[in-house]
Amino acid sequence: MLNPQLNKNGELQHLLSIEGLPKSIVNHILDTASSFVGISDREVKKVPLMRGKSVFNLFFENSTRTRTTFEIASKRLSADVINLNIQASSASKGESLLDTIDNLSAMHADMFVVRHAQSGAPYLIAKHLIDTKQSHVHVVNAGDGRHAHPTQGLLDMYTIRHYKKDFTNLTVAIVGDILHSRVARSDIHALTTLGVPEVRAIGPHTLLPGGLEQMGVRVFTNMDEGLKGVDVIIMLRLQNERMSGALLPSAQEYFKSYGLTPERLALAKPDAIVMHPGPMNRGVEIDSAVADGAQAVILPQVTFGIAVRMAVMSILAGTQG
Amino acid sequence: MSAAMNLHIKNGRVIDPANGIDAVQDLFVVDGKVAALGKAPAGFAADTTLDATGLVVAPGLVDLSARLREPGYEYKATLKSEMQAAMQGGVTTLVCPPDTDPVLDEPGLVEMLKHRASKLNQAHVHPLGALTMGLKGEALTEMAELTEAGCIGFSQAEVPIEDTNVLLRALQYAKTFGYTVWVRPQDAHIGKGGIAHAGPLASRLGLSGVPVMSETIALHTLFELVRATGAKVHLCRMSSAAGLELVRAAKKEGLPVTCDVGVHHVHMTDADIGFFDSNARVTPPFRSQRDRDAICAGLQDGTIDAICSDHTPVDDDEKLLPFGEASPGATGLELLLALTLKWGGEQLPLAIAKVTSDAARVAGVPAGRLGVGAAADIVVFDPAARWVVEPSALASQGKHSPFLGYELAGQVKATIVAGRIAFQR
Repeated sequence: MLNPQLNKNGELQHLLSIEGLPKSIVNHILDTASSFVGISDREVKKVPLMRGKSVFNLFFENSTRTRTTFEIASKRLSADVINLNIQASSASKGESLLDTIDNLSAMHADMFVVRHAQSGAPYLIAKHLIDTKQSHVHVVNAGDGRHAHPTQGLLDMYTIRHYKKDFTNLTVAIVGDILHSRVARSDIHALTTLGVPEVRAIGPHTLLPGGLEQMGVRVFTNMDEGLKGVDVIIMLRLQNERMSGALLPSAQEYFKSYGLTPERLALAKPDAIVMHPGPMNRGVEIDSAVADGAQAVILPQVTFGIAVRMAVMSILAGTQG
Repeated sequence: MSAAMNLHIKNGRVIDPANGIDAVQDLFVVDGKVAALGKAPAGFAADTTLDATGLVVAPGLVDLSARLREPGYEYKATLKSEMQAAMQGGVTTLVCPPDTDPVLDEPGLVEMLKHRASKLNQAHVHPLGALTMGLKGEALTEMAELTEAGCIGFSQAEVPIEDTNVLLRALQYAKTFGYTVWVRPQDAHIGKGGIAHAGPLASRLGLSGVPVMSETIALHTLFELVRATGAKVHLCRMSSAAGLELVRAAKKEGLPVTCDVGVHHVHMTDADIGFFDSNARVTPPFRSQRDRDAICAGLQDGTIDAICSDHTPVDDDEKLLPFGEASPGATGLELLLALTLKWGGEQLPLAIAKVTSDAARVAGVPAGRLGVGAAADIVVFDPAARWVVEPSALASQGKHSPFLGYELAGQVKATIVAGRIAFQR
């Protein structure tokens, strides 16, 4: 089975998942991103790498934050950006996903940035582009169901590399709703690809999917034990609809067992960093004193996210199909 | 499409598992029935002769589950297209589940379906009636009336019964008249909304899982109810090693249960989902390699009585979608023979039994055997002929299969229904 995100020369054709990406490509993306970080500080925040290219943001699921960062990244690369909130348009008129893609392709799209509630939807689009011989069009997965959020995973890696330099001596803990989290999955694949020796997942059994061990993860249900001696803590957002019901009794009880407080943070290494993909629920998964504290790198993550998305898009735009 | 009165099938390897026959010999058909094997009956003059040299002559296949999509889903497939698919697949008898629209819960619907099917004069169609009205799991259907209309058993198709008390009553009522209840073992809640085998692959791909315990919990409940009622239960589409272990024990205990497996599950595992291939979206989901191996072992030791195609035509609009939105199901009528042979390997008679005599025994229909006097429903096939599974090779309106692009061995050369050559290639 061919990996649909690489072309026959092994170059990045689409970015669909970090799973299966060679370490060299991950590093190339991170290196490219670091060359873009400075651009945002310039007076003219633009480079002409994607001038004349059209990027379609296809958001089948609501998102303000991710869509905005992709839009900014595209604009800083001088691309034309078209935002489509599909929920509000064709899908509700009954048009199929692939019909939408064909229509937009006919408008000469160069890149689709896709967010979809179904795991694997960007693969369907990528496969369709291959089947219809449109290999000049690229797909970036901006989050598909519970499956993957590769640009978030890459910006998390960028952040870790920025603060910790070397991946090969780190212990990283991912805390919270692993079961429903595409961010957790992308982070796990990225961390193991980059050679992190210990990746931990911390959460109650109801929020831990089976088979984590096979992904190279050490599972903890006790947060105090799981945080001991870690270098990096990645907190996950707990969705409102999961705070009370069959998975969890209440947000209060969750915070009591799995909320990141200054006391718990003290169990990690003194120079540990705290990350969060946002948007945060203060007082549910994270205490404000931690979120605003000296060890939090949550806002730098956002800044790096622009550079990483610029890197991904410029690399894809430079790949011939 | 000749209407032969006297048919002479010459020099084929006749395999009739029900009668323990496996020998190269001639077969003679008179008036739609098998008249003789080996030597022609006195005064026989062939109207038509089929040369079966190098081919296998076997009873027409009996498929325990084929969705014909009528009434209600004619955009997915029609009786005409699917009956042609049955003929191309060598299937001369088939059982269809009641999940049509409207569901088969009224005698009139069943009579209409049987009438329309018999007018096509191809495969014999045996419907399963709905066990509960509208498959809602609340009120029982008129099982005696439905049986009179032609139903051979009662089923909930893919809809689990939430209220165990209703299931108990349904089994008691079925037992009263000696009817068989066909159930796919699945818990009504665990695994609900799941789209893939709950395991490492589903976790990695972010697909919601159907745990094996969905099957085993339902089996535990069913076996308790069977012990209490003595009703005959046929377990449809077994999928797991743990489930088969329970069936093995139940059979050993002497419970009146039989079971089948869908032919795709004999070969595929969850790994075949690959990069979200919606052709591998089926119910129950393809499970692990260990489960698949247990299915093969269960066929070998007889725990699994029969293999069915679980033929489910799905159109492009419902399949070319993200994995979780795609309609489950695969086309199967035309793959049943080749995929069964692929499992059977050298054990041709055993493989053929699973789709002929054993399946007929489960369904309780007079089919799947070739003895003198039996209906001349016959398939003639070349076990070595290779063909590629591609849309153009399929008569079914359902063109979706996880085997698309595969080359398979075993091709039907002729299908004979009641002595008439209904399909020839």
